[in-house]
Amino acid sequence: MRASDVLLIALRGLAAHRLRSSLTMLGIVIGVASVISLLALGSGAQQMVAGQIQGLGSNLLWVYPGPPTQMGMRGLVGTGSNLTLEDARALMDPDRAPSVVAVSPQVNTTAPVVAGGLNTTTSIRGVTPEYVQVRNYSLAEGDFFTPQQEESRARVAVLGNQVAQTLFPDGDAVEQWLRVGPLRLRVIGVLESKGGAMGMEDDLVLVPITTFQAGLARQTTAGGEFSLQVITVQVADGKLVEQAKEEVRAILQDRHGSSEEEDFSIISQEDVLQTVGQVMGIFTLFLGAIAGISLLVGGIGIMNIMLVSVTERTREIGIRKAVGARRRHIMLQFLLEATFLSLAGGIIGILLGMGLSGLVSGIRMGEVALQPAVTLPVVLLAFFLSAAIGIFFGFYPASRAARLDPIQALRYE
Amino acid sequence: MIEMEGITKAYHLGRGEVLALQGVSLRVERGEMAAIMGPSGSGKSTLMNIIGCLDRPTSGNYRLEGEEVSRLSDDALASVRNRKLGFVFQTYNLLPRTSALSNIELPLIYAGKGGRRGLAWEALKKVGLAQRAHHRPSELSGGEQQRVAIARALVNRPSLLLADEPTGNLDSRTGEDILKLFEDLHRKEGLTIVLVTHERDIALRAQRRFFIRDGILREEKGEG
Repeated sequence: MRASDVLLIALRGLAAHRLRSSLTMLGIVIGVASVISLLALGSGAQQMVAGQIQGLGSNLLWVYPGPPTQMGMRGLVGTGSNLTLEDARALMDPDRAPSVVAVSPQVNTTAPVVAGGLNTTTSIRGVTPEYVQVRNYSLAEGDFFTPQQEESRARVAVLGNQVAQTLFPDGDAVEQWLRVGPLRLRVIGVLESKGGAMGMEDDLVLVPITTFQAGLARQTTAGGEFSLQVITVQVADGKLVEQAKEEVRAILQDRHGSSEEEDFSIISQEDVLQTVGQVMGIFTLFLGAIAGISLLVGGIGIMNIMLVSVTERTREIGIRKAVGARRRHIMLQFLLEATFLSLAGGIIGILLGMGLSGLVSGIRMGEVALQPAVTLPVVLLAFFLSAAIGIFFGFYPASRAARLDPIQALRYE
Repeated sequence: MIEMEGITKAYHLGRGEVLALQGVSLRVERGEMAAIMGPSGSGKSTLMNIIGCLDRPTSGNYRLEGEEVSRLSDDALASVRNRKLGFVFQTYNLLPRTSALSNIELPLIYAGKGGRRGLAWEALKKVGLAQRAHHRPSELSGGEQQRVAIARALVNRPSLLLADEPTGNLDSRTGEDILKLFEDLHRKEGLTIVLVTHERDIALRAQRRFFIRDGILREEKGEG
């Protein structure tokens, strides 16, 4: 018997029950399409988040008060209170920390901001002029505050783009006044929108750190010094990040006294990316596994239909055996039917999955667009997985068909 | 052609054993037309299945065209059926949703032969049904379906044509046509035919008649 004949017989068998065949296929189509699109979505989201983290600035280190926690992620950022402005200044030491190019100390609070009749509650950040450089902001209007303004506790503020739009819907935020807690502040600049869902990078008000210190939250160290929530350190070059980490660590250890456990933690962008990558990877795998379950269900559907088909076609099997079909001929016929069903379903599912991924691609979150990535390995995986499903779930029905006794099969009504 | 020696067939029923065939010996020569008669439950079907290589005897020897087939494997039996036997059933047993021509090609597919279309056409013409080549079984009358079945049985040039109540589902006129076709094939092509029937007047058209009862076969001599 020729291979082409076996294929032809199998195809005819499927064509004889078009509705049933297509419904059976649908199980695999849905399974494969969801595997493809969810994996694509997962890796797209991973890339998007990575893009956003990189968008925060380049070659950054974050120094947080409090000891490091597991996996480099902090549970509660800023709970410790032992980083001071002096610490931040000490990091700008070209001799001890040559890899460091800029240091940006920061304190945060959340407070209502009122301007005219409008108000919004937003993140208030006390920062130094280095913030703009370190965090890659640019100004849409006006200017950022100068070192002089910072030193003199000037009552000025720079608004995040979203805050400016909320409080000054007519535009012209610069030179307007607003109130934050007890402080009346003059708006001197508005930041260019940065987008980004992660840190709400546009929903903030920046004030000189000294102004913040004087008029807003007063978190202090044990020694009564004004404490920081984070120091952002910009490193000269991506290759120097690890070196910079060590330099910063050495300086802070000297200043804080080297106890058993460090009372600060240094996290690099790499660390965050890695952690996020791990989390997203697990998330993607999880999505894939759920989709895989639907694929399994599709496979069981194939097995079910093939069993029904074998029973229904008992007489046909008997006839084929009577005229000389061997076991393997019958086996092959039904195995091929099952494999064709799942493979065709797999191919349609791959196309559908690509289409679905295409639909959500380009959804923007700030600067970064979601780019679901249907990669070749995923396509190949789906292809071979669906073939394997057909063979696996087709095997039992096919061997049942092959084992049928021709006499009983011929007598079957 | 058929040389059977002491064929028995036992079936296990519950605890007991039933001997459907109790030592059957049968010889049919090349070019003969033989009829096997017997009431239902006589072992007729069992004998038929063994002659047709659909089943193996429990004991005894069966040589078909000199080839010992009583102890072959399932696949080897399938090959014997394909090469040497043609079946005609009471219920035609054609594949539904498949044209007459494709039905006839079926044994050739499993024989792995080329030029199947031509051979199938030839067989179809032999049974006088060329004009119905592309009809499906459901579009054919009983007689026509049986002709297609006969063409299928003939297409791979078998040594033995085995017909199990071939006219059982047909009215007498159509049945007569089918019998004439068998006689034609027997006379013109020298085909060996074994016919299983319970109708005496059909059996009478064969040169040799066998009667089976309670698993024991004997030949009827003489006319009627």
